Amino acid sequence: MKAIVCVKQVPDTSGVVAVKADGTMDRAAMATITNHDDLAAVEAALELKDKTGCEVIVVSMGPPPAEGMLRELIAMGADRGVLISAREFGGSDTYATSQIIAAAVNKIGVDKEDVVFCGRQAIDGDTAQVGPQIAEKLGLPQVTYAADIDKDGDKLTIKRLLEDGHMMLSVETPCLVTTVKELNNPRYMNVGLIQECFDKPLDIFDYEALKDEPLIDPDTIGLEGSPTNVYKSFSPPAKGACQMLEGSDRGTVDELTGILADKHLI
Amino acid sequence: MAFDSKDTAAFKDVWVFCEQRDGEIMSISHQLLSEGRKLADDLGANLCGVLLGCGIPEDAAKQLGGYGADIVYNIDHEKLKVYTTDAYTKAICDIVEEKKPEIVLFGATNIGRDLAPRCAARLHTGLTADCTHLDVDVEKYKAFLKTTSTIDVDNTEFMPGTNLKMTRPAFGGHLMATIICPRFRPQMSTVRPGVMQTQEFDDAKAAACKIENFPVEITDADIHVTVEAVEKTAKKLVDLIGADIIVSVGRGISKDPEKGIAIAQELADTLGGVVGSSRACVDAGFISQDHQVGQTGKTVHPKIYIALGISGAIQHKAGMQDSECIIAVNKNEDAPIFEVASYGIVGDLFSVGPMLTESIKEILAGK
Ligand SMILES: Cc1cc2nc3c(=O)[nH]c(=O)nc-3n(C[C@H](O)[C@H](O)[C@H](O)COP(=O)(O)OP(=O)(O)OC[C@H]3O[C@@H](n4cnc5c(N)ncnc54)[C@H](O)[C@@H]3O)c2cc1C
Repeated sequence: MKAIVCVKQVPDTSGVVAVKADGTMDRAAMATITNHDDLAAVEAALELKDKTGCEVIVVSMGPPPAEGMLRELIAMGADRGVLISAREFGGSDTYATSQIIAAAVNKIGVDKEDVVFCGRQAIDGDTAQVGPQIAEKLGLPQVTYAADIDKDGDKLTIKRLLEDGHMMLSVETPCLVTTVKELNNPRYMNVGLIQECFDKPLDIFDYEALKDEPLIDPDTIGLEGSPTNVYKSFSPPAKGACQMLEGSDRGTVDELTGILADKHLI
Repeated sequence: MAFDSKDTAAFKDVWVFCEQRDGEIMSISHQLLSEGRKLADDLGANLCGVLLGCGIPEDAAKQLGGYGADIVYNIDHEKLKVYTTDAYTKAICDIVEEKKPEIVLFGATNIGRDLAPRCAARLHTGLTADCTHLDVDVEKYKAFLKTTSTIDVDNTEFMPGTNLKMTRPAFGGHLMATIICPRFRPQMSTVRPGVMQTQEFDDAKAAACKIENFPVEITDADIHVTVEAVEKTAKKLVDLIGADIIVSVGRGISKDPEKGIAIAQELADTLGGVVGSSRACVDAGFISQDHQVGQTGKTVHPKIYIALGISGAIQHKAGMQDSECIIAVNKNEDAPIFEVASYGIVGDLFSVGPMLTESIKEILAGK
């Protein structure tokens, strides 16, 4: 049995957000972290491993430095990593991305007992689209927004969050589950494993490695193959109509509330 | 003929997936129909609601006409009573393949965000999440840019055509992106609840709305996930969308989050409002998600929006910049929140907040 976990390295927006002159984010200038919802997916897989001794494989698509993240996840307890990285894959939208990741997961192989985990969404795009789209491409049942997971043999019982409550669902493996960060508290890296993590296998899937996969079609991957493109990007104008009040003491506050009262807002 | 998402000329009409839970149609469906109406008018096409469920009375379906639908496709099946990804995806894809809509809009709810990507992947088309503005007409899009962007619209080239222009905040920074899906149909997007305004209900349109039943075949073999139970949370969630006054807190409260929230709550109580928050506070666990304002939270239009210790990231502004009066309190005079504020105080929320409460109490007492 295997747990295959799809993870993404994202810029750390809780620190300094560096912005380039054109308004786009300067990713190179920002620290990176493992996406929070994805860490919950890794922890869920490791808990399965604790219980069943299954193999945990962490998979990420991204630039070469994402290897460092995969090594960290191995130091948390994952058995091996797969980094999907090629120029041909760059510029992919969610459709093309899920196509490529699905091809990689297919190459790793999904057997009857296996579970594929994804984080619900990545903080840098927030689309929540890649998980369900990988499931569709692999023909697996999906359960999204998982906040509790229980596995008994080849049956999973999952609590799926709704805005106004939750659903209890059951599904047989193989299946794909997307996790929310409330699911668990990810463990820390293990000192012993940190020493070993560089000896564990980490495969690089480049274009060569995946090109014979049925899901990889040059027309449906990368920038060219993505169904969606950017039409225009723009920055909002500074409104500049703000009336800045002098000071920050009680007098200032009274001035403001006076204005509000005059305008019948309060 | 086999379905081909690349045959763009074969697709027409604007569709809205009308989500229901327990047979009750969700208000996001009305918002999407109101928005879809404008798109359909610009295209000279029909606006169609797609309603999946079991035993939903025809009257309820006709109500969708009152918000703009010309036709409601009613897909009634016992296996559609409660949402499952498999049954809903099959029903949606079956009818899309048969009728070929040009545009399909979904609410970005926990159900819409599960269903829409699965359908887009099966149909082989693009999907854009959490759109905050939609246009088909280039002139209207240009008019939109004139008020919301720094682009020199008159001296910029725009690719002509009625591709759906789906605008959403881009990641980080201060950038908005407009996305198109030019080579595939249907063009699909999700929109968060509260982002689009509901138009007034039109009785005549409701009466004129055509209901068309669309039969689907769904068997147990199609469904791989079993719903054991659906439970509603007893906890009352904060009603941000209906509130006239919102006092929101941001990461500025982090040195004492409990005190910061208490200050905001007292100010909100004094004004008869509710407490909102930036995502930073939700992520940090200071406050629950239902309080979040912004692109991935609620979009609000209160009379007064008070931002305490919120920097004003584009994703936050996307959810509150249309408030009638915005008051910002921030330690940093360069915080972008002041760009959308009507009144600004540069100061510490831990002292300015309580003073605001005091001052307002005095005014209200004197009335
Ligand atoms: C795809 C995506 C979607 C997102 N969706 C949302 C969303 O829906 N809503 C949302 O809010 N964010 C959203 N974000 C996050 C957003 O980019 C910002 O990170 C977030 O809004 C920042 O929250 P903040 O203003 O509270 O924190 P910060 O940016 O850290 O700002 C804190 C502010 O508090 C001020 N301050 C500090 N101490 C004090 C004090 N004592 N008194 C007064 N002021 C003080 C500081 O000067 C600063 O301006 C999204 C991000 C992404 C990438």
